[in-house]
Amino acid sequence: MIAAFALILVCQLFGEVVSELFDLPVPGPVIGMVLLFIGLLVKRKPPKVLTDAADNLLIHFSLLFVPAGVGVVTQIDRLKGDWLPIAAALTISTLLTMVLTALLMSKLFPKQDTTEKMEDAQ
Amino acid sequence: MNEADITQLWVYLSAKPLTGLTITLVAYAVGFWLYQKSNRNPICNPVVIAIALIALLLNVTGTPYATYFEGAQFVHFLLGPATVALAVPLFRQTATLKRALPVIVFGVLFGSLVASASTVILAWALGASPETLASLAPKSVTTPVAMGIADEIGGVPALTAVCVIATGIVGATLGPMVMNKARLKDWRARGFAMGVAAHGIGTARAFQVNETAGAFSGLAMGLNTMATALTIPFLWHWIFG
Repeated sequence: MIAAFALILVCQLFGEVVSELFDLPVPGPVIGMVLLFIGLLVKRKPPKVLTDAADNLLIHFSLLFVPAGVGVVTQIDRLKGDWLPIAAALTISTLLTMVLTALLMSKLFPKQDTTEKMEDAQ
Repeated sequence: MNEADITQLWVYLSAKPLTGLTITLVAYAVGFWLYQKSNRNPICNPVVIAIALIALLLNVTGTPYATYFEGAQFVHFLLGPATVALAVPLFRQTATLKRALPVIVFGVLFGSLVASASTVILAWALGASPETLASLAPKSVTTPVAMGIADEIGGVPALTAVCVIATGIVGATLGPMVMNKARLKDWRARGFAMGVAAHGIGTARAFQVNETAGAFSGLAMGLNTMATALTIPFLWHWIFG
């Protein structure tokens, strides 16, 4: 477990260093993710300790958003001024993106007999 | 114990990182409990409940966010390693990836661009400030990455976090209804769209509805994280200088 967490941290540290060194606008952890993904592709069969460590980190992924989200208390003034554009843009854009992407992909994905058809999606 | 004692005790406790950390975990546990009590109704989002509870507590006790964050930073720190760990679920989709790679890459780039461009254009038309626009642009990718991107392009990471979480909730609650209206019936396409538009919160929802949708949502979310992090900062600097 320690080795798996160490590997994940090494990937992140590598990402941070690369991002800083080459002045890239891409966040370090994303570079770390790409590095780990390439590593997994090369290794083909990832060790169970690594996949377990990753799964454990991701089970309560949403908990990790809480401290940043509480930052809303520092943004009350900004939200007071801009709440309408923010709420409207968020809602319309999210639903528009979803419908357009789903339409595009349902045209582009190869037809499969095994694809489950649904009568009544929720 | 009189009121002065309690105030003094709070002053002492609130200065300890332990307090912020404990409050974070307890508030989330309460949120998660309510979420399960509500039969996993997406409206009862544990993140939203936890944020609301903590924000209320900070407000009532007059505790500054910085003091709270001294403890909460230990949870916040894990966002980095967790982002790296996203490589594992992505790797599990390698077979699907190989089979339809060009289609998937095109779909992710398309979705990523629509998500950012439509938000920025809409918010701009409605008169949002430039800082708000930069904070909104990366709203469809997972929080840590979105905050990193916002920081790069002159947004406010804290505002971005709020926008990202709101996006996930809108996508997870209203998304399936809207896709039903549009008569979209391919689970692969629906899941994919969920992951692109509403990141982790949408993916969690997609898994509840259908296994295929969940897998495609996870795949799309991971790739969209990369696509957006790799394109938005460059596009932003190129367009706005």
